[in-house]
Amino acid sequence: MNLALSDEQVFLREAARGALSRFKTLEAAREALDGDTAALPDLWPTACEAGWPGLLIDEDKGGAGLDAFDAMLVLGECGRVLAGIGLLGHLPATAILNDSPSGADSLADLATGERRAAYLPVSPPDDLGGGWSADPASGAARAAAPTAASADGGARVSGELAFVPDAPGADVLVGVAILDGQPVGVAIDASAAGVTVTPVERYDSTRSLGHVSLKEAPASVLDAPEEALAGAWYLAQALIAAESLGSVEVALDVSVAYAKERHTFGRAIGSYQAVKHSLTEVLRQLENGRSLLYYAGWARQGSPAEFPLAASAARSVAGNALDQAARTMISVHGGIGATWEHDAPLYFRRAQLSRRLLGGTSQATDRVSGELILQADAA
Amino acid sequence: MDLDDTPEQSAYRAQVRTWLEQNKPSAPILQGPGALEDEAEILAARRAWQGKLAEGGLAGVTWPKEFGGQGLGPIEQVICNQEIAAAKVPGILDAIGVGMLGPTIIAHGSDEQKTRYLGPMLHGDEVWCQLFSEPAAGSDLAAVQTRARLQDDGSWRLTGQKVWTTNAQFASYGLLLARTDLDVPKHKGMTMFVVPMDAAGVTVRGLRQISGEAEFNEVFFDDVELDAGAVVGGVGNGWGTALTTLMFERVTIGLGSEGMGYNSTRFAGAIAADEHARRDPEVRHRLGEIASELLAVRFTGYRTLTALQKGQIPGPEAGLAKVTIVSGAIKAGDLIADVVGPDALTPDSEWSYMISFLPGLKSAGGTEEILRNTIGERVLGLPPEPRLDKGIPFSELRSKEGATA
Repeated sequence: MNLALSDEQVFLREAARGALSRFKTLEAAREALDGDTAALPDLWPTACEAGWPGLLIDEDKGGAGLDAFDAMLVLGECGRVLAGIGLLGHLPATAILNDSPSGADSLADLATGERRAAYLPVSPPDDLGGGWSADPASGAARAAAPTAASADGGARVSGELAFVPDAPGADVLVGVAILDGQPVGVAIDASAAGVTVTPVERYDSTRSLGHVSLKEAPASVLDAPEEALAGAWYLAQALIAAESLGSVEVALDVSVAYAKERHTFGRAIGSYQAVKHSLTEVLRQLENGRSLLYYAGWARQGSPAEFPLAASAARSVAGNALDQAARTMISVHGGIGATWEHDAPLYFRRAQLSRRLLGGTSQATDRVSGELILQADAA
Repeated sequence: MDLDDTPEQSAYRAQVRTWLEQNKPSAPILQGPGALEDEAEILAARRAWQGKLAEGGLAGVTWPKEFGGQGLGPIEQVICNQEIAAAKVPGILDAIGVGMLGPTIIAHGSDEQKTRYLGPMLHGDEVWCQLFSEPAAGSDLAAVQTRARLQDDGSWRLTGQKVWTTNAQFASYGLLLARTDLDVPKHKGMTMFVVPMDAAGVTVRGLRQISGEAEFNEVFFDDVELDAGAVVGGVGNGWGTALTTLMFERVTIGLGSEGMGYNSTRFAGAIAADEHARRDPEVRHRLGEIASELLAVRFTGYRTLTALQKGQIPGPEAGLAKVTIVSGAIKAGDLIADVVGPDALTPDSEWSYMISFLPGLKSAGGTEEILRNTIGERVLGLPPEPRLDKGIPFSELRSKEGATA
């Protein structure tokens, strides 16, 4: 039994914290509220220097050959300081390519970060049947997954994908398309004809998003197994969960520090049970989320059949935790917490948007049920 | 990162499994076909089974060898618990004695006490009960009022009431926290005693809970005589001795929580069995929320084990896990009753008992509110609630509260 960080993982986390601390990400996030997105630092060179783009790429393909949990540690650090860094889109894309023998050649530049990838999120079917589906641009109904038609050694892919993390500026788009009724992995050069990436900003300008429109876009078909295609979706769930919990850590720390120093009626407000219990509730949800990050981090290699359950549960708990943490941060700080004078609204905005991306926290919660029902049927 | 046994642990697991395979035929059957029904018979069979487990080294795993234990660590205890559960045989009858009270006597008892009590306790010949909580001393345990008065001949006279006492109806001995000095602040004036449950003046009364069953008791003491050798850990040191017991209580609960059966697999199974419910979006969403948190607790348990294995003291997550388990199981019972309907509340339904048991469990081992206070203060470092009882002699405190000591 060993469910703890290795020395290397502690080092990876500390190094990430150190590297990100050189940037004033929170100040930039505040300036970006007014539309000054030029203030947001370009963190990709830092990511490249640290080797993060190649985290999930095998060593013999030019990467670091690490696993999901290591990537989650880095994303957690990004979440702490609301750093928009491009890894949420890049890493699941590289995971699909890494699992595709035919994708090996394209990985060297992606591992160094010379080229940047973005994952086209398409969710696998659940126990209720249905097919692969994409996030809609608006509304509750799931959108159709992109479709592919074979063409001269590759394929032509058509479809619409909304709110794709880190799509603007990506060199290659990697995801799933339906070819002759079967899901296949596809890699699409973002500069090819038929590809349109429209940057979109929603509520949290630290988060780079794009609507991706594919109209018979030329694609290479990847020979990744179907589990790897589904696995990329769950990897993205685990990464955004880790990132969210990083934000929870800071929201809680800042709130606790304030509850110790701010006095009312002659007492520190943290001595009141009402305040103490609400902060303890954030800690409870944070600890639950941390345990599920371990579960997801272990399951991806240790028990792949459980990875959908583990990653979905982590996403569900982490999304709820961030909502709770951001709201508690505001209420503990009183009125000032609801103003731009304070960092709390930045975390609140992050919470609001994050919970609606990549299928949404709520869909992950339902998926937990679906996976458990499948397990019960199999038992 | 792995969930695997080390080679040593794997060897220990195999040894325990082999013993259980060989001895399962003599284990009492408590559920299903051939189950014992007569309570006296069940009790006798469970005592005998505990003795057998002790002889096989499956009871008192963490006790030092000189007292009949195996001298192993908490991981081996967990492995042993897992294998006993997997073999579908009952565990030891006196988990409170062997898990909490025995270790307290080992830590604080006299040589005479260790020699006299530990062996029969381990083998189930003498069952023990924990006489700590009182009607007005639960989360604030240091408020106990049960009074032990020193007599001129060095013996003691005990008067008062305890409550929530599991196993008191058949226990031979109890470990009792009493007030021995009213004129010092409350944490200082207490002493721990061994009380023979068959002594004159001891009355045990079952306390029926929501389900109708009486798993707990009230115990009354009317001028019970105790000899000088009944004191454990020294006169006036009762609080420190009690803290040792409470530490072992946390470890026992922490290592046994998966065994309570409040887990996502069981609850999802109940939903999966209903053709309509398993497709109902609201049911699925509620199950997903509940199951995600309960899954987290399973891995919190593994984190706790990892810490124990490294010789570290488990972190706050262990205490918060109890809150998550209880609130998750309450919501699960509610969801399942919504799905099943009133039949979930019939006496022979597995859900009826759970639904009835959980409201009380919320306060077991200290109320959820006190647990959140403790975690807020010890873990987050938040300032404590102002206290009005610090440094005040217990007698004055009691008169302040408008009562007589």
